[in-house]
Amino acid sequence: MNDMSGGNYVTSDGRQIGDTLMEMKNITLRFGGVVAIKDISFDIHEGEIRAIIGPNGAGKSSMLNVISGFYHPQEGEVWFRGSKRPAMKPYQVAEQGIARTFQNIALFNGMSVLDNVMTGRLTHMKTGLFAQSFWKGKAEREEVENREVVEKIIDFLEIQAIRKTPVGRLPYGLKKRVELARALAAEPKLLLLDEPMAGMNVEEKEDMSRFILDVNDEFGTTIALIEHDMGVVMDLSDRVVVMDYGRKIGDGTPDEVRNNQEVIDAYLGVSHD
Amino acid sequence: MTANQAQKGMHSIPALLARNVAEHGAQHAYREKEFGIWQSWTWAETADEIKALALGLMTLGVNEGDHIAIIGRNRPYMYWSMVAAQMCGAVPVPLYQDAVAEEIAYVLDHCGARFVIAQDQEQVDKVIDVQDQLTGMDHIIYLDPRGLRKYDHTMLTKYQDLQKNGLDARGQHEAELDARVARQTYDTTCVMLYTSGTTGRPKGVVLSNRNVIETSKNSSEFDQLRAGDEILAYLPMAWVGDFIFSIGQAYWTGFCVNCPESPDTMHSDLREIGPTYYFAPPRVFETQLTNVMIRMEDAGKFKQWLFHHFMAHAKKVGPDILDGNDVSFGDRLKYRLGELTVYGPLKNTLGFSRVRVGYTAGEAIGPEIFDFYRSLGINLKQLYGQTEACVFITQQPDGEVRSDTVGVASPGVELKIAESGEVYYRSPGVFMEYFKNAESTADTKDAEGWVATGDAGFIEEGSGHLRIIDRAKDVGKMADGALFAPKYVENKLKFFPNILEAVVFGDGKDRCAAFINIDLTAVGNWAERNNIAYASYQELAGHPQVLETIQSHVEEVNASVAQDPMLAGCQIHRFLVLHKQLDADDGELTRTLKVRRRIIEEKYADLIVALYDGSSTVSTETEVTYEDGRKGSIKATLELRDAAVQVPVKMAAE
Repeated sequence: MNDMSGGNYVTSDGRQIGDTLMEMKNITLRFGGVVAIKDISFDIHEGEIRAIIGPNGAGKSSMLNVISGFYHPQEGEVWFRGSKRPAMKPYQVAEQGIARTFQNIALFNGMSVLDNVMTGRLTHMKTGLFAQSFWKGKAEREEVENREVVEKIIDFLEIQAIRKTPVGRLPYGLKKRVELARALAAEPKLLLLDEPMAGMNVEEKEDMSRFILDVNDEFGTTIALIEHDMGVVMDLSDRVVVMDYGRKIGDGTPDEVRNNQEVIDAYLGVSHD
Repeated sequence: MTANQAQKGMHSIPALLARNVAEHGAQHAYREKEFGIWQSWTWAETADEIKALALGLMTLGVNEGDHIAIIGRNRPYMYWSMVAAQMCGAVPVPLYQDAVAEEIAYVLDHCGARFVIAQDQEQVDKVIDVQDQLTGMDHIIYLDPRGLRKYDHTMLTKYQDLQKNGLDARGQHEAELDARVARQTYDTTCVMLYTSGTTGRPKGVVLSNRNVIETSKNSSEFDQLRAGDEILAYLPMAWVGDFIFSIGQAYWTGFCVNCPESPDTMHSDLREIGPTYYFAPPRVFETQLTNVMIRMEDAGKFKQWLFHHFMAHAKKVGPDILDGNDVSFGDRLKYRLGELTVYGPLKNTLGFSRVRVGYTAGEAIGPEIFDFYRSLGINLKQLYGQTEACVFITQQPDGEVRSDTVGVASPGVELKIAESGEVYYRSPGVFMEYFKNAESTADTKDAEGWVATGDAGFIEEGSGHLRIIDRAKDVGKMADGALFAPKYVENKLKFFPNILEAVVFGDGKDRCAAFINIDLTAVGNWAERNNIAYASYQELAGHPQVLETIQSHVEEVNASVAQDPMLAGCQIHRFLVLHKQLDADDGELTRTLKVRRRIIEEKYADLIVALYDGSSTVSTETEVTYEDGRKGSIKATLELRDAAVQVPVKMAAE
């Protein structure tokens, strides 16, 4: 049996999972009187695909927003790469190496796919507004270097044919892929995916699953994802956190979670007589 | 003449490669768009790449006469794999990249391939899936490492690693490799290509160096192809045409082969490269024309007027100008103006600005479509060919181009028409044999080297051009003894943009009936324009207004067929619009998208019965194969429609 509790382990398909990358310690998040997240702790290891699941309103998206630094929990600590993270602005979190996609696609509709993906390189651009306006010397070199990274991602996600297409004209499934491309362009240590398969048909889901696995395999990117499609979650992830009404009710491998009575009750409902 | 001396001893593709390095070493041999930029390789660089790979194959223990299967899309690396295999004295066997695992298993087993060079994970997976059905499989080489990191590598090697291994072991294998190249003669096998086969299992067509090189030489001279020409390689590598254009002619003349970034970017890549020599099956030209027309409908009033006005003029004088016939000064001037405002920009959009020689073949092309491209000043011609002939049997010389013939015998080709009407040919390109199938070889090729094409046709008096009527075995008799030529009618149907595919039945019956596939692009656009919502192909295909439109097309075809007293019996009395598109994955079409009649007849037997028993609707369930090989089924209730038929002209006159 793999050692799931603390340190490194090897997955069933032979991937070596590394040390703890991020640790959430006793997180509680309140909006006024509403408790969205209640005393939740879990960790994410380097190289892992970690899923957060739960019924509607369980607090999954709030959790992801805590990880991405958009919400600041009233209680608890977020540890990232061995140190406690102070309350930060989202852009500071991005600079730390965390990138995300959104449940309701948040792309620049009027811009081409290429330009959208290039915005993901923003944290890697060092030259100022002035230098970039004239586009000489360092600014030019920098853009060429960043374009190369972006082109590799475009090739990787097989979106060459829409490189110059304005995002607004793309179908939903492709927009999702462009969002993934933009997040990848930041070369993140940790990639957060908020319902990457929502609203997709079976074929699109298969494609997206393959891309997520390939990203994890090829770039060694750690991935935390929220997803409703249980089949997808169970196939993709190494470990799963299950939430219900803001509490953590399960945590473990897909098999462990599947057989957890509390999880079954939360999903299928339980009679209270 | 030194050039002629240099051509001597050019008895293999590797020998031609060495000559090209000597003569055009610094010119571009290959280009491929990758990471948004056209990457290129000169002939000298190409030779180094190929040699490194050949040395790598030697380290794996490739023997002379081994078969090496190559599966992938058109990329320079895949073309190099074929030449590297030839260097080692092995026989390259390119396969269709979209073939499902079972098809691949049959071919790999039949040729006993010891090695497979696969493009990516998808292809590697297919080979691994069927590996335990194969006995001779030794090693798989892959190009794109993505997703393959975790695979067991005892039988897997990355392409670049193999090249490196080869270079490391250079001292050990180089002498043997050179000796193997030197041993090759005109009779050595150059390549083995599996025919898609409209009936039965695919057959391995063995082509010798003589077949390929002589044919490439003759056909290149026919159209004055030369170093400096550009082609876009986008058709399946397993198809004989791609082998002759992208390897045979390219190595003979030293022109540059350009590979698109991905199958989806083909049109924009075509536009960027602007090839001078271009081949496409009629379907591609049809799709492009449909797209142009759809986009014109969205254009402003003035632009529409400009387009239609000048296109009408082009239709009148364009082909004559192209053929060098007399055209009045005023018309020429107006054509010039049209070139400036319409034809030039349109050709640029289509990627045809620089096309000097364009060919289409494989199916009949609609006269309107053919004339459209020719009137723009694109030198589009037709040829008639087969895998067994290394493509070229007949082709149209410049200035003798028509939509209803396939041209005169290609240089070096002799033609004869048998009593049955079947076309026979003999040429230096005639294949050696079907691999491990002496019986079929003897059926197809006689002792004197004449090959039966399987097509019925005749040579037109006066012009000497060949005209093809239909597949010889598809031509049948109706119950009343009248001639039944399904292809003739199907082609007329397919000339309508709304109809993608048609299958006509009637052999041995008293009336003809048809299955029809609508063209989703054209009909979908029409639906959008008329605010008709639809969720799927099936729904659109069953829409009453769509059926109405198709019925009017069928009736128009009937009127046209009735003009020909010999074929008037082939008018379509009843038809239905199929609930799914005919697909190669379901075995209904060949990989080159030709209809497989027998299979369709078996699969849709219930629908054919319904067409003849007078019922007005029919419910059916059809098995479909998804791209990943899984199977599912779709259910549908189809409406059968009667179409009006015309009384044949001759009888009406009586």
